[in-house]
Amino acid sequence: MRVKSALLGAAATLVLGTAAWADRGSDGDLKITFPQAVSILNPYLSQGTKDVYGASLVLEPLAGIDDQGGLFAKLAVEIPTVENGGISADLTTITWKLKPDMKWSDGSPVTADDAVFTAAYCMDPAGGCAQLSKFDSVKSVEAVDASTIKVTFTGPKPFPYTAFVGAQSPLLQKAQFAACQGAAAPTCTDANNMPIGTGPFTVTAFTVNDTVVLAANANFRDPAKPAFATAVIKGGGDAESSARAVMQTGEFDYAWNTQIPPDSQKAMADAGKGVFVSAFATTTERIEINLTDPSADLPEGERSTAAHPHPFLTDIKVRQALSMAIDRQALSDVGYGAAGMPTCNIIPAPADWASDNTTCLKQDLEGAKALLEEAGWKAGADGIREKDGKKLHILYQTTVNPVRQDFQALIKDWWTSIGVDVELKAIDPSVFFGGDAGSPDTYLKFYADVEMFANNSDTVDPEPFLAQYQCSHAPSPANQWQGDNINRFCDPAYEAKFAELTKTTDVAARQAIAKTLNDMVTKDSTIVIVLVNRGSLSAHANSLGGVIINPWDTQFWNVADWTRLK
Amino acid sequence: MLVFTLRRLLLAIPTLLAISLIIFLLVDFAPGSPMSEIPLTVPPEVRQKMIAALGADQPVFVRYLLWLRQFFWVEPATLFDGWFGTDLAGGEQRILSWQSRSPVFTIIGQRVPQTLIVVGTAYLVGVLIALPIGIYSAYKQYSWFDQFGTLFAMIGFSVPTFFTGTLFIIIFAVYLGWFPTKYDTMLQVTDWPSFVKQLRQMTLPVMTLGLANAAAISRYMRSSMLENMGQDYVRTARAKGMPERTVVLKHVLRNSLIPVVTVIALGIPSIFGGAIITENLFGVNGIGAALILAIHSSDLPMVQTLTFIFAALIVLFNLIADILYGLLDPRIRYD
Repeated sequence: MRVKSALLGAAATLVLGTAAWADRGSDGDLKITFPQAVSILNPYLSQGTKDVYGASLVLEPLAGIDDQGGLFAKLAVEIPTVENGGISADLTTITWKLKPDMKWSDGSPVTADDAVFTAAYCMDPAGGCAQLSKFDSVKSVEAVDASTIKVTFTGPKPFPYTAFVGAQSPLLQKAQFAACQGAAAPTCTDANNMPIGTGPFTVTAFTVNDTVVLAANANFRDPAKPAFATAVIKGGGDAESSARAVMQTGEFDYAWNTQIPPDSQKAMADAGKGVFVSAFATTTERIEINLTDPSADLPEGERSTAAHPHPFLTDIKVRQALSMAIDRQALSDVGYGAAGMPTCNIIPAPADWASDNTTCLKQDLEGAKALLEEAGWKAGADGIREKDGKKLHILYQTTVNPVRQDFQALIKDWWTSIGVDVELKAIDPSVFFGGDAGSPDTYLKFYADVEMFANNSDTVDPEPFLAQYQCSHAPSPANQWQGDNINRFCDPAYEAKFAELTKTTDVAARQAIAKTLNDMVTKDSTIVIVLVNRGSLSAHANSLGGVIINPWDTQFWNVADWTRLK
Repeated sequence: MLVFTLRRLLLAIPTLLAISLIIFLLVDFAPGSPMSEIPLTVPPEVRQKMIAALGADQPVFVRYLLWLRQFFWVEPATLFDGWFGTDLAGGEQRILSWQSRSPVFTIIGQRVPQTLIVVGTAYLVGVLIALPIGIYSAYKQYSWFDQFGTLFAMIGFSVPTFFTGTLFIIIFAVYLGWFPTKYDTMLQVTDWPSFVKQLRQMTLPVMTLGLANAAAISRYMRSSMLENMGQDYVRTARAKGMPERTVVLKHVLRNSLIPVVTVIALGIPSIFGGAIITENLFGVNGIGAALILAIHSSDLPMVQTLTFIFAALIVLFNLIADILYGLLDPRIRYD
């Protein structure tokens, strides 16, 4: 698989290489707009995708991820594998070779020292590096010689393509950032705003939270690229205005993240100036079920903890009934249009990694009612089911967001029709996702029965993502509510299978285990009610050529190949 | 007058200190976290380290004292160093935005000109439209022109800028294609074509804001004129046989302008405050857009510094309006 994807990547670059006829700088100005403006061009200090994407026109990693989820070499000669000797047989080291004669945009050579420095920069405990998880379990990064980088892990690492892979983990120039390590990192404003890179463009001007102006990098390794002489990233406004600027007024060539309602999508597409493109990775909108009791009657510090199991959501029949009552296709159509697909899996892509579980796609209200009857929940006088004098009442929370409120309303209807009393709650996203241990309204504290949001696996290999459903990851007062197993799911079988995944190296076997793990939390236990696989919707002008939307890495992964169609 | 001014200035110091503390506490107690925008795939322990690196985990009074020191000593010292090449600040940490890690005053410096150009022009245009409308409406009370002016003012008052702005975009940018919808903040006016470009991109935001400004001021002008039109001195002027033009534009207008000038002066701080909605809508990188963005991402240093500057401006322009009053109207004396 690894060799195959490396080859695929190489083949893709070859094809694109011959397709682009233009000389460097012959196609004028490339105009890009983001609904959120770029704040900083150093992804290691960034707080959002907008910054990582903006920086990806300038900074490059050793290897990128292509639109199929495979790896391809950027600064490296090739993707290291066990077969080509790049990964040691015991899986504890990975050795990258830099392409010869690589230059930074200022003309100085790219060396292995830059990679060593980048690792030290991010792993500095005082630096507050946002991409620290990319360097998880990295023991050391050494320069074997000027063009060879050896990364040593603390133990065997079956999926070692984390550090220096993808737009979140690019190389920084040591000479520029040498004085910016640790606590000094945020004080280097010039370096953070105008990093020197190896990518197709260099920054010529930057205004915080507004505009990035770029020019073709004179030292880019392919002398014929990029086709555009200059580029600009204008940020701000909202998804609607970004989409409009490409699709209706034609002021911009490319708009990232144009997540707008399906009816607006159609109206804008009809204007005929551009097209929407969407790509599906692993982002899924889901309802998470709380397996612990969030009751306000419990003392603070015991609510939503393993000490008090949930009074009825611990019953699998109730959870299954809730899932069966939902029409996922309708949700996807209402909320996302072309940018949504109904799914039952927390790992819905790539195809090799996704389970074939589709049973949830069909809505079955009668089946749901029957399941609840079976579980002993009988309809009361007011139509709401009850058991042992307790009403089937659910507090359903999510963030303030028009699509989510639509989903809440629809799902409330379906759940009410099977006899469940639903109370809705919408929380400001900055509070909900803020992770402030003092707030009762965070998704981590989960003081509700069910909650809805989107989450995704950051890597093609989902091991880091699947780690979250381990018992020890449950948020609780003991860890200041910092944990990602928000369902408080504890299943020894899951733990055992996950431990197996961390030791397995064969890709096919890993895929099989990942599918099993996916099924264990979805169709087997229904602790996660997955609703919709959300794609990333972007728009580009008809006159912009070479765009291949990539859900696995930055959407500007092949910006060097973009051209102006004449 | 001088004593009054000095007394007011001295009184402003404790007022502003109290305001700064209240703003700081309010912003700090507001829910939200500077980490709320980073993707969920960043693990919680990394988030904690990022918060610690920002200094956001320090107790609130420590952060307040640090901010006071940075605002009143480090920033002026840095500015002074920049002018005279001295080293007063000694490389001390300036106020840094949590979101962008850039010095807050650098961002403000980048944004104030944009706000002044767009919001300032809109204010000027608003005043220039409002005064004639107000004057003529009052002179021809209940005429069709007055009715039309009232309708115009009602629309300007009651329709929010996010609606008028979007409407203008759809009419003038999408259907007619006359003006751009996104403001190019990097545009340098160097020659005639770039000046025309600047005018074109300013048209829609200035129209949107100008309508709202003109509506309010034209009503003040009208009512102030009406009040004076019935006064005895106006009848005297007419009885003396003065031409109507002199009566209205010299006698009535001058006296009517006193309250209107105050209203206009008190509106000036709001120019510096920018126009949150309009700036956001058209992508003008002004102060208002900076503030709303900082609020969204819980960028406490940015929000605190901006709101404090607004507070200081409001205190200052209140004082200026009071002094102007004394200068314009001899009946008002403070000593």
